[in-house]
Amino acid sequence: MTLSSVDLVIIGAGPAGLAAAIAARESGVESLLVLERESEPGGILRQCIHNGFGLHRFQEELTGPEYAWRDIRRARELKIPILCNTTVLSVSADRKVTCVSRDHGFQTLQARAVILAMGCRERPRGALCTPGTRCAGIYSAGTAQRFVNLEGWMPGKRVVILGSGDIGLIMARRMKLQGAEVLACVEIMPYSSGLNRNIVQCLNDYDIPLYLEHTVTDIHGRDRLEGVTVSRVDASRRPVPGTEIRFDCDTLLLSCGLIPENELSTGAGVVLSPVTSGAVVSESLETSVPGIFACGNVLHVHDLVDYVSEESFTAGQAAAAYLQAFSAPAAGAESLIQVADGPGVRGTVPQVIHRSCGREVHLMFRPSAVFRNSAVVLSCGGETVLRKKAMIYTPGEMVSIPLTGDQIAALKGDTLTLSIERNA
Amino acid sequence: MQFSSDILIIGAGITGCSVARELSRFQADILVIDRGSDIAEGATKANSGIVHAGFDAVPGSRKAYYNVAGARLFPALCEELGVPYRQAGALVIALEEADLSTLKELLERGRENGVEGLRILSREEALALEPQLNPEIHGALLAPTSGLVSPYELAFAMADDAALNGVRFRFDEQVTGAEAAEGGFRVVTEGNEYRCRVLINCAGASSAELHNQLTGDSLRMIHRRGQYYLLDRTASGIFSRTVFQCPSRMGKGVLVSPTVHGNLLLGPTAEDIDDPLDTATTQAGLDQILEKARKTWPALSTRANITNFSGVRAHLEADDFLIGPVAGCPGAFEAAGIESPGLSSAPAVGKDLAALVAEYLHLAPREKRTPYPRPPRPFHEMTEEERAEACRKDPAYGTVICRCEVVTEAEIRAAIRRPVGARSIDGVKRRTRAGMGRCQGGFCMPRVAAILAEELGCGLNEIRKDGPGSLLLSGPIGECEERNPKA
Repeated sequence: MTLSSVDLVIIGAGPAGLAAAIAARESGVESLLVLERESEPGGILRQCIHNGFGLHRFQEELTGPEYAWRDIRRARELKIPILCNTTVLSVSADRKVTCVSRDHGFQTLQARAVILAMGCRERPRGALCTPGTRCAGIYSAGTAQRFVNLEGWMPGKRVVILGSGDIGLIMARRMKLQGAEVLACVEIMPYSSGLNRNIVQCLNDYDIPLYLEHTVTDIHGRDRLEGVTVSRVDASRRPVPGTEIRFDCDTLLLSCGLIPENELSTGAGVVLSPVTSGAVVSESLETSVPGIFACGNVLHVHDLVDYVSEESFTAGQAAAAYLQAFSAPAAGAESLIQVADGPGVRGTVPQVIHRSCGREVHLMFRPSAVFRNSAVVLSCGGETVLRKKAMIYTPGEMVSIPLTGDQIAALKGDTLTLSIERNA
Repeated sequence: MQFSSDILIIGAGITGCSVARELSRFQADILVIDRGSDIAEGATKANSGIVHAGFDAVPGSRKAYYNVAGARLFPALCEELGVPYRQAGALVIALEEADLSTLKELLERGRENGVEGLRILSREEALALEPQLNPEIHGALLAPTSGLVSPYELAFAMADDAALNGVRFRFDEQVTGAEAAEGGFRVVTEGNEYRCRVLINCAGASSAELHNQLTGDSLRMIHRRGQYYLLDRTASGIFSRTVFQCPSRMGKGVLVSPTVHGNLLLGPTAEDIDDPLDTATTQAGLDQILEKARKTWPALSTRANITNFSGVRAHLEADDFLIGPVAGCPGAFEAAGIESPGLSSAPAVGKDLAALVAEYLHLAPREKRTPYPRPPRPFHEMTEEERAEACRKDPAYGTVICRCEVVTEAEIRAAIRRPVGARSIDGVKRRTRAGMGRCQGGFCMPRVAAILAEELGCGLNEIRKDGPGSLLLSGPIGECEERNPKA
């Protein structure tokens, strides 16, 4: 068992970990190490072979692997060491990291700072409490994506998709392109949780029906899936008897939400938000544990990788600053502004802003429902700080509101509340 | 094909495995067959995992005798086989004033059955032990000897121990007929024929049917399904003991119990169904569990639910086990109608049936028995030093396959290479816990499938979730259209 010292350990070499590592190195961190459990860096982008990545960051439409490659190439140029096939087992509050790999066995690393970039996982069937049999043929959309895109195997031929998350929509098209029949995409909410462009390009373009306010209420088949029963739901999301539709299918793909993977964070004592299931962070993306930062989907689930990268650059720079003690966070509660979710707003990140941070901060959140002709309103100390109007705000698309350092410094209260109001 | 053996055990659940293991102490040729594709595919894989203290069964019944006798064997047995077991204790709570007299009855019954340490607790005493309990209870019965065990892991260990000592196992064998034949019995399955001198019926849900075939009796079996919620380990610590509700005129309640692995279990329902293989869950059943469990645990939350499942109990109309020689059918033995407390009873049932069979066949003890190699501690539970040492000895410990339950490649390969090894995703899951965590195999299942294919020397497309027909994949990409019969 070896104990090595490293200034910065980054957990995960997906888009978040890569961007954080690049930013940290570019900000002058010499001693850093990225730990990745898979055999190659790139994270979930490796299996996202569809295009549409990088429109914001590169003004180009890249595939997932192409997008990842840009960061991997840059990390190589910067000689950032990435240890693959390495699983982190624990992180402590004093930033001791234990990990294992086939090549190096069990290792203990003492870090001065840690960036959590573990990503997220898909909600499984159990989280939905869907009744029925427990046969083969029920997969999360991401698992199916891995089988098709990385391993070259089809999970089945007649498919129903439960949930209209982006991975589910992408997989609807992917399965169809591979010759499978995609019978339906079923969404319990009155709106899709996926991006509108994916509804158009993955369902509408391929004549795959989207059943809003419907859900799977029974699963049939002893060994392999034989069919599912789909029912309409009422306003409280309970199935309406008599609305059952039976689909004969051999595959059910679940795309019912993503959950930040924070087991390591919890072990380190990092405080999590019950709304985002990610860490509570300041504008520098530092968690409740000093020297431990979080970014990307482990912090909150993003829609677009471009924003994951943007956020993770911030985390990398902040970790570098922490290490160089350029800007030790100012002490004292009076310098802190709490960020609160008001009506219509869920899970704003960051949850805390240092009044004197002196730089632009992006407040990101999800609308709690669909709002048409409405405005995001920021208020603090009884004053309206900012109003941002839009034709539509929807839970499927994260909202990002930039606040400049000057705007932050000028805030008159201790709580900044975000809400969505319908236009008068 | 025709197979022959001295002894044929029908059923590889916890009872069949226990009998097989006890008989492997004797010189005899023993074969176990099961309709499932693995050990423990029936009620053994889907029950509450509780070693009952023994206060529930009617004094003088076989259930009472075997429960108490079996439960006493658990600590040493699980220690010997390296199976997780914990004497967590149990409470029976009185939700109504009237339940207090039931608690007294259970206490008396338990004392008569020989259960030690039973005590009636006041509301305050019970709440001090389990702070999440409904504060409106009127009292509780404490049974400190109640235990938690992983039923299928115990069955796997018993089967492995038996197999190391010569017992053979054959799966996917659905019995279609059994009759007395020259010098013993003839048993026919869908594809094969078995001849044996002694037949032991441990057929669980089918045990009455098999009994009737051999005797011409008309025992009636009721298939009683029990559904469950299983919560993630993040819910561990909410209750540290099994909490039963008092059986009352409102019906049999549900339990809220930790599992030996630290999950939290809610259930079961009790529904009489026609098909013993129908282990589906239903909305009505799941709703009922929550409604009842809230009386034990008012703050109940299913946020941490990771799966729902159900198992089917083999309930005989006569409401007791049938254990021993089959009347009027020399050479046939049985453990029929084994439902709760069947798991608790299994070690004692195994010993008794093996002794009867050994006497009947005049079996001599096996001179040298291969000792059961104690399995290594799961990587998940190892200390840092143990983890470092494990990786040094076998680098495959360095590859974590299941991230939720922290199961390594070394452990998955070992599970496939066990004497009665895993042959499917579920087989690996039950032996190693890979896929039993909060992502339910979302990340590890493709990797487990790849290891299985490598170990079994087959293609990924041949890997099954469980039984035949439960193939994971339909074929390579690019072949879909021409293979699709409906296209």
